[in-house]
Amino acid sequence: MTNSCQHNSFNLPQEHLLHRLHALQQEYLHISPQAMQQVAAEFNLPLSQVAGVVAFYSFFSAQPCGRFHILFSNCTSCGYLPDGQNLMQLLAQQLQVNPGKTRADGLISIGETSCIGLCDQGASLLVNGIPLTHLNPDKITQIAQQITANISTDKWPAEWFEIHDTIYRRNLLLTTQLAPGSALQQAITHGAAETLTTIQQSGLNGRGGAGFNTSKKWQLCREAPGDAHYVICNADEGEPGTFKDRVLLRHHAEALFEGMTICAFIIGANKGSIYLRGEYRYLLSHLQAVLTQRRKHGLLGRHILNHADFHFDIDIVVGAGAYICGEESALIESLEGKPGIPRIRPPFPVTHGYLGQPTVVNNVETLIAAAHIVAHGSSWFNSVGTQKSTGTKILSVSGDCLSPGIYEYPFGVRIQQILGDCGAQRVQAVQLGGPAGKLIGAPDFNHTISFEDISTGGSFLIFGHQRDLLTVHRNFAHFFAHESCGFCTPCRVGTQLLKSNLDKIAEGHGTTNDIETLKQLAFLIQHHSHCGLGHTAANHVLDGLQHFPQVFAAHLNQHFVAQFDLDQALESARQITRRDDATAHLD
Amino acid sequence: MSAMQNTIRIDRQEIPFTPGQTIMDAALAAKVYIPHLCHYPGLPPSGNCRLCVVEIENRSVAACTTPAAADQTIRSNTPELNEARKALTQMLFVEGDHICPSCEKTGNCKLQAMAYYLGMLDDHFPQFYQRREIDASHPDILLDHRRCILCDLCVRASREVDGKNVFAIVGRGTKTHLIVNSPGGKLANSPIATTDLAATICPVGAILIKQQGYQVPIGQRIYDQHTIRETSLQEHIADCDKLKRKEHQDIER
Repeated sequence: MTNSCQHNSFNLPQEHLLHRLHALQQEYLHISPQAMQQVAAEFNLPLSQVAGVVAFYSFFSAQPCGRFHILFSNCTSCGYLPDGQNLMQLLAQQLQVNPGKTRADGLISIGETSCIGLCDQGASLLVNGIPLTHLNPDKITQIAQQITANISTDKWPAEWFEIHDTIYRRNLLLTTQLAPGSALQQAITHGAAETLTTIQQSGLNGRGGAGFNTSKKWQLCREAPGDAHYVICNADEGEPGTFKDRVLLRHHAEALFEGMTICAFIIGANKGSIYLRGEYRYLLSHLQAVLTQRRKHGLLGRHILNHADFHFDIDIVVGAGAYICGEESALIESLEGKPGIPRIRPPFPVTHGYLGQPTVVNNVETLIAAAHIVAHGSSWFNSVGTQKSTGTKILSVSGDCLSPGIYEYPFGVRIQQILGDCGAQRVQAVQLGGPAGKLIGAPDFNHTISFEDISTGGSFLIFGHQRDLLTVHRNFAHFFAHESCGFCTPCRVGTQLLKSNLDKIAEGHGTTNDIETLKQLAFLIQHHSHCGLGHTAANHVLDGLQHFPQVFAAHLNQHFVAQFDLDQALESARQITRRDDATAHLD
Repeated sequence: MSAMQNTIRIDRQEIPFTPGQTIMDAALAAKVYIPHLCHYPGLPPSGNCRLCVVEIENRSVAACTTPAAADQTIRSNTPELNEARKALTQMLFVEGDHICPSCEKTGNCKLQAMAYYLGMLDDHFPQFYQRREIDASHPDILLDHRRCILCDLCVRASREVDGKNVFAIVGRGTKTHLIVNSPGGKLANSPIATTDLAATICPVGAILIKQQGYQVPIGQRIYDQHTIRETSLQEHIADCDKLKRKEHQDIER
């Protein structure tokens, strides 16, 4: 395995495979079999690897998309179903196109995509990759007019594309901007070992949700033998409901790069990468501009801050629509130009990561925190928070509340307080840490956000009393079935079965037995899957059955209902014969 | 390190291992059976079918990919794990079209044999009825995607043993599928041959050699005479040539 990776990297052209494919997709609106063969030859890769990458990532397609390619978010917060409206259907009707199919004249295609991280901006979509926010029926009509008139998106009203970041609460990380180079200078002055000790004393744990101790990770990587060491920033924030990294990347990129550079200094890396989710491609030019500035100021490149032996640079690799790439070993696979299928662990990335070499993969927020800690000292950090969860947590708050946005709290904050601060009233449930996290009801609102109580990567979804929670569960189940990488049986098949089972219950065809099947499926997926996606994909169902059993029970049928819907089975026959009259139906 | 330290315990049985072995390697060497479909000794493990799930403390891991470590206490042959294995087998059944009576592989099929071994009496889950294609382009080998369980064995066999890299698994989620690594994607344009391990390793009826159908009568097939437990304890890639010769002899008889 390792040998073939090294071999590939040796022959890799400068351009990343994902970027090459993205360029082809942009130019030709799809990636044809001929194009795949050409790319395979260019990159000296088996055709199957290129075909595998095209088939794996949502933003590549083998069939031509429209010249206007619109992807609606299907997240519960920034999705196309706000307040009982169906904005996707509205646009599809106005443009006479079926979602999922390109219109015959090739002008338009409409589809849906997993959360695009705009949950504080109202219903949102991506048009040719560019985000468009605050959708409503009026705006949909105007969009349809622009498209019908074939007006290119750069001539659409600029305010449609505006994203307003609102930070309602600032604490350690969001109060101050780090002066470029200030933390790095501290690190170089005190040396790698002492700087690592500072981070260790701060008690910093990873902010992605798993909470692994950051200094431990860096130490293990530093000590691991290898030809090279790598720092990777996981900016593939794909958990529905989280958008804090979007805000951090827009406003605190300097601190992020500073954190990565300090990490490189400690572990002995010359190269770092940011894996930016494809949905955030619009942040690329800003990030590249900041990188260029830092190179100019001697904060990246050779002889950083005139240090004789410290050379380090950062490149940005943009993903192409795959939630699973937020899992660190899948992310590394993707960086290596492969489908994002999580690796067998152990070995872990700290010893065998990118190209088989020792690699640190950290969350955006973790790296920014690390930079601040080195600049301000460990006690500046660990005097805030709880004993086991030092510092602060940045939350992406969205859903049924008055003030969706960014909130930075010391660890240990009670959920009740957050709900009060963001103006959420008559709250039925909160989904903490996104669909993969934890669903809680009012009796648990006195719990705290912390590693010792309820841990979260930052997604904080609020569901008011009027929400049908079963619809939420269906949304989550569809999300996981769509995002399962397909590698292992329990996740690939199990998430599909979970989805169809919830659909069945919601449609009124469920019986008590289906609740048992839900439990069985959830247990299988949770316990026997290959990676974290599977381990967490059924959490929401188990939490829902525990805290909100009535949500499921209310939809159950008291009598036997056949699994097989005979009338539905006639649908394809009706389509072929173009009949939909009463006698073409069974009842 | 003394020899005594290099043991694991599977269901209270002490089993020796050498560093670098997986739990599956050690178990098979000691003739302890852990059910598996996507693993074939001698090929690198994949860990996709999850039939070989075992428990270490309260964690479930795949025996075929988890390194054996001194003093591991492993539970494998428990009612709970066998129930999970049965459910995973049922999942594979409903995902594809596995209609045993109409399949040439019946009696030689590992999925079917596993279902018998685990006492599976029905599909339990609803059928997926996915539209999948048949590739009959090759003169000697048939590829029926409807029966593929995505075990990756043909992929590994072709790459590691045949040195041809004929197959790959691509796609995501329920759209995951096997492809042929050739221009046009047809088997006929690939260098596969009937003598390749990739042509014969398929545990189900997805890859079949043509012109051999029903030459061994139903009733005299592998799993008509042995359980999958018995055959799985004998398997190794190194023996495949022997196996192939035996199959030919059977056919000739």
